[in-house]
Amino acid sequence: MTSSFSLRKSQLFVLLRPGFLVGLAILLSSIALALFPSFFAPFDPNAFNYSALKQPPSAEHWFGTDNLGRDTFSRVIWAYSVNIQMAFVATIFALIIGVTVGSLVGYYGGIADAIFGRCVDAIITFPFLVLVIAVVAVLGPGLTNMYIAITLVGWVYYARLMRAEIMGQLANDYAAAGKVMGYSDRRIIFRHLLPNAITPVIVYWMTDMALAILLGSSLGYLGLGAQPPQAEWGVLIAEGRNFITTAWWLSLMPGIAIVLTGLGFSLVGDGIADLMRPRG
Amino acid sequence: MLENAHITSAHPRILDVKNLSTSFDVAGKQLKAVDNVSFHLNQGEVLGIVGESGSGKSITLRSIIGLSRRYGEVTGEVNWQGENLVAMLERDLRKVRGKDIAMIFQEPMSSLNPLLTVGLQIGENLVEHTSLDKPGRRRRSIELLEMVGIPDAENRLNDYPHQFSGGMRQRVMIAIALASNPKLLLADEPTTALDVTIQKQILKLILDLSKDLGMAVILVTHDLGVAAQTCDRLAVMYGGKLVETGATREVLRAPKHRYTMGLLQSVPENIEPRTPLFSLPGTPPSLMNLPLGCAFAPRCAHSVADCAEKKPPLIGEQHQVACFNPTNSGEATKGVA
Repeated sequence: MTSSFSLRKSQLFVLLRPGFLVGLAILLSSIALALFPSFFAPFDPNAFNYSALKQPPSAEHWFGTDNLGRDTFSRVIWAYSVNIQMAFVATIFALIIGVTVGSLVGYYGGIADAIFGRCVDAIITFPFLVLVIAVVAVLGPGLTNMYIAITLVGWVYYARLMRAEIMGQLANDYAAAGKVMGYSDRRIIFRHLLPNAITPVIVYWMTDMALAILLGSSLGYLGLGAQPPQAEWGVLIAEGRNFITTAWWLSLMPGIAIVLTGLGFSLVGDGIADLMRPRG
Repeated sequence: MLENAHITSAHPRILDVKNLSTSFDVAGKQLKAVDNVSFHLNQGEVLGIVGESGSGKSITLRSIIGLSRRYGEVTGEVNWQGENLVAMLERDLRKVRGKDIAMIFQEPMSSLNPLLTVGLQIGENLVEHTSLDKPGRRRRSIELLEMVGIPDAENRLNDYPHQFSGGMRQRVMIAIALASNPKLLLADEPTTALDVTIQKQILKLILDLSKDLGMAVILVTHDLGVAAQTCDRLAVMYGGKLVETGATREVLRAPKHRYTMGLLQSVPENIEPRTPLFSLPGTPPSLMNLPLGCAFAPRCAHSVADCAEKKPPLIGEQHQVACFNPTNSGEATKGVA
């Protein structure tokens, strides 16, 4: 893939724009927090402390404590590992399946494409979240089942995009040229068409990762994703819901973490989209 | 094997196309892009297929190598070395493609993969069709690029297609096509996208290579000038049908079909500036809605009663024509059976 983008100097300036730099800083620190939560968190996220219940933010407890005396700051930081994991795990399989299926139906067309088209129509008729909730309801709540549900629904969007891109690339003669040179379909699809067609899919993947975090925390909030007492932003917001009038920090702090991380992913995604967008 | 009786020149016949038809299903209607086309090709010969846009010449070419079968129905025979390519399984066809028969396209911009270096793309063909090892492939790639006239071939192997000009890209495309010493090169308007001086160079290159390697060429073009300069024989297509074939010299000097005649008259030659140019009246018929008789009849000033009702068969020996009222038919009888 490295050879596929001939970067020109003018394009590299995208990387120096403040929006992209801020996004990158947020993203990198998020990943650092996700990888080494114990290094950054001052307290055990699950340790009860009955002498410090529902304390507002202070020098000792930066984000306050909850109704069991757990340090909210530590819990928000430990949640990074779960929520950043969501961004990748919930999207990567959808990406792989979608790109493969989309390439094949885009290339072969015909009956496979017609069946695929009907499946897509059926799936996109439902709101994304409703369908994911339905699948989780069948499989049962929990992180793994949530990943399965998001993958089951999400691959369709990648496949649809990939199919269209492959069909666009087929209009170029190099696909026909590969065929008259006697290359196998597999070689034409995966070596020639796919690398030329995948750019918009990668850009979509970037924004989808931000959406996956939002979706994962929404499901956590609804009790369908990560389960308490695991620290996860959605779970944390849900736990703070009962005390929203007396201990606002319980829901606000994980909420800010969601917004910040989502922003980071979006800013980096925008930058990469600009970088990969063909010019001239 | 081919019957020796059919050999008409010193060179054996290598390709024999019989009753080739290709039709596409468009909105429930049959679109006959190629209608019962028969022609042959001798070893080392350059055959030009000429006609307007939409006359079916490119589809004919693509049907020979099996590129049309995915989109439409192909019937008839394409006899190549004793085998019928139309009936051949895709798997077996792959062994013929690129090895014995190669093809180059109109748009050198889009016929190379923009993401792979030229060296990789030549090497890929060599992997598929030869047993050369890696250094051998590299040597052969350089040799091929030098053969098609690319200076500094060794260093250009690592360049991407966008680093080449249009003409150079077409040369690269030819180098890739020639990688496995094909016996037949199909060229689909190879010079249309290039400017005139480059056109000349590319045509000369194709002709020289054809002579040096004994390779037969089918050149599809809408440019009679190009055809006149390069081809041994011409086949003129109109409305998906072959209307006239024969030696280039004969077809251009004494065209029999009224359409060929009209095409020749539309080429401006030795005329004063600002004189109106001749153009055939009317437009080519839609392939969806071909007339019952001769497809050219509605535009033809010399049509007779039969033209509107019956399709004229292609008749003659060396110089064949499909017309009920060919030119000179009153005074000359040559070639008409």
